[in-house]
Amino acid sequence: MTANAMTMATPIEHRGLGRLASAASDILAVTGRNLLGYRRVPQLLVFSTIQPVIFVLLFRYVFGGAIKVTGVSYVDFLMPGIFTQTVLFGAMTTAVGLATDLNSGLLERFRSLPMARSAVLAGRTMADLTRNVFVVLLMAAVGFAVGFRVHTNAPEFVGGLALVLLFGYVFSWVFATVGLWVRDPEAAQAAAFPVMAPLVFASSAFVPVSSMPGWLQVFAEHQPVSVTASAVRALMIGGSATSDTLQALAWSAGILLVFVPLAVWRYQRTA
Amino acid sequence: MNDTAIVVEGLTKRYGALVALDGISFSVPAGTILGLLGPNGAGKTTAVRVLTTIIRPDAGRASVLGYDVVRDADAVRFRIGLAGQYAAVDGNLTGRENLRLIGRLTQLPRQHIAPRADELLERFELADAADRVVRTYSGGMRRRLDLAAALVHQPPVLFLDEPTTGLDPHGRLELWDILRELVADGTTVLLTTQYLDEADRLAHRIVVVDRGRIIAEGSPAELKARVGSTVIEIELADEAEALRAEPVLAPFGAGCGRDGRTICIKINDGTRVLVDVLRALDAARLAPVALAVREPSLDDAFLTLTGRHAEPVAPPEREPVGTGGGA
Repeated sequence: MTANAMTMATPIEHRGLGRLASAASDILAVTGRNLLGYRRVPQLLVFSTIQPVIFVLLFRYVFGGAIKVTGVSYVDFLMPGIFTQTVLFGAMTTAVGLATDLNSGLLERFRSLPMARSAVLAGRTMADLTRNVFVVLLMAAVGFAVGFRVHTNAPEFVGGLALVLLFGYVFSWVFATVGLWVRDPEAAQAAAFPVMAPLVFASSAFVPVSSMPGWLQVFAEHQPVSVTASAVRALMIGGSATSDTLQALAWSAGILLVFVPLAVWRYQRTA
Repeated sequence: MNDTAIVVEGLTKRYGALVALDGISFSVPAGTILGLLGPNGAGKTTAVRVLTTIIRPDAGRASVLGYDVVRDADAVRFRIGLAGQYAAVDGNLTGRENLRLIGRLTQLPRQHIAPRADELLERFELADAADRVVRTYSGGMRRRLDLAAALVHQPPVLFLDEPTTGLDPHGRLELWDILRELVADGTTVLLTTQYLDEADRLAHRIVVVDRGRIIAEGSPAELKARVGSTVIEIELADEAEALRAEPVLAPFGAGCGRDGRTICIKINDGTRVLVDVLRALDAARLAPVALAVREPSLDDAFLTLTGRHAEPVAPPEREPVGTGGGA
């Protein structure tokens, strides 16, 4: 190492506004790193893209014929639900990613670096949001190919997609907390599934809630997946969207308010 | 360079009932290597974690280059590098990408990140593998990359937690050379190790920890004077002869136990005494059937310092993780 090298590569200690800019840069760096990871792990790519496509085809062509919805074709009913289900299942990868980083010692290294404390969690959830954008666009393309049609207008359709992405982002924070808690990638997935299954299937995502037994309807009508799926449905194929959209936004805000602090608290305690 | 780089005062850390650090104090002069020596579970890793701002101590204080590890944690982070036991690099990124990521996260000026990464890849003989994803690296390559990652921002103080665990002898020697170079350039190093010979060869001062406490400290020479620099194991024909040999050997050095017909003694002035030992045995009409001369191990040192063997008091704080990079 030459003396020249010694003087050139020394860190900049940001102050004031510079700190904010460097925090943003840290979040971007961690986000980019996580996205690269997704691209290079084929299993993850398959899990996050092929699986939702199979769900579309499965419900469109296999189960769809047996499910009665009134007023609209099943594929139009289905797609808003599948969007919601997909980002929820996808949020599990947040838990897996964080638990993996925890186990490999990478989080420990990050904690010893002069980087923004928020960058690990923000970068992870941002990467998952970015991945969801691609997944949701892919799903929309598949949906259109199998007969899905938007009955409203472009702004409302985009608003529906935005609501889906927000929902996925919110659950990334839930699963960030889970991943930091259980600390093991496989265990994180195992812990997630019992929570996911009732949320996704006892919901209006795939079938009308009115087809369920009365006691289940109470849960199914008001839980976050249902109100989000219903809001997205109203935004994409028509109907009154206001009430469901407000409920969906309220759920998202409520879950964020609980789980962002919880995930951050957990992260600070985890080494 | 007479400044003190690391100061530790009464540092205490508990995990439930387990006292990982029980009020340890030491300091490390700038530009020197301190070896923190002890068995698994002695508290070495906990000490490194506190000093690298990863965890907070329950009591006591520590500072690096004058910055408190709790109050001025950020200032500390700008000045330290850490290479842990587990080669904490991202298996899904290439070697180059790993170092550039660390360059960004250590706030290097943008234009210096790429050249610095290349320089380190070259120096750690990873240039040929620079654009391969790290999960294809061998264990030794991962360790080299891990150390390179700790050096990206040229930290004046370096923490290495059992840096040679899992390295082959060649890799160990290489790493030792790199550390000597760094220290020659003015870097301060705190390294933990379970190997007495490693601490002996590298460290200017050694602090021996056991169950969260310091049980000995000094220069390698001072410690060896206490522990004995050479261990001689003499095997006799049978246990009766061994019992007879014990008083004959006693004047030459501290006993380190008799195991059946094998007697162990520690001597301070190297193998010169060996001839005298054999003469004395011969005069007592005792003929050894086997004889081994070796350097004392951590276990020998422990037996001398504490009167018991070096056994971990608790399982390691974390299980090692394989080479799988994960997602």
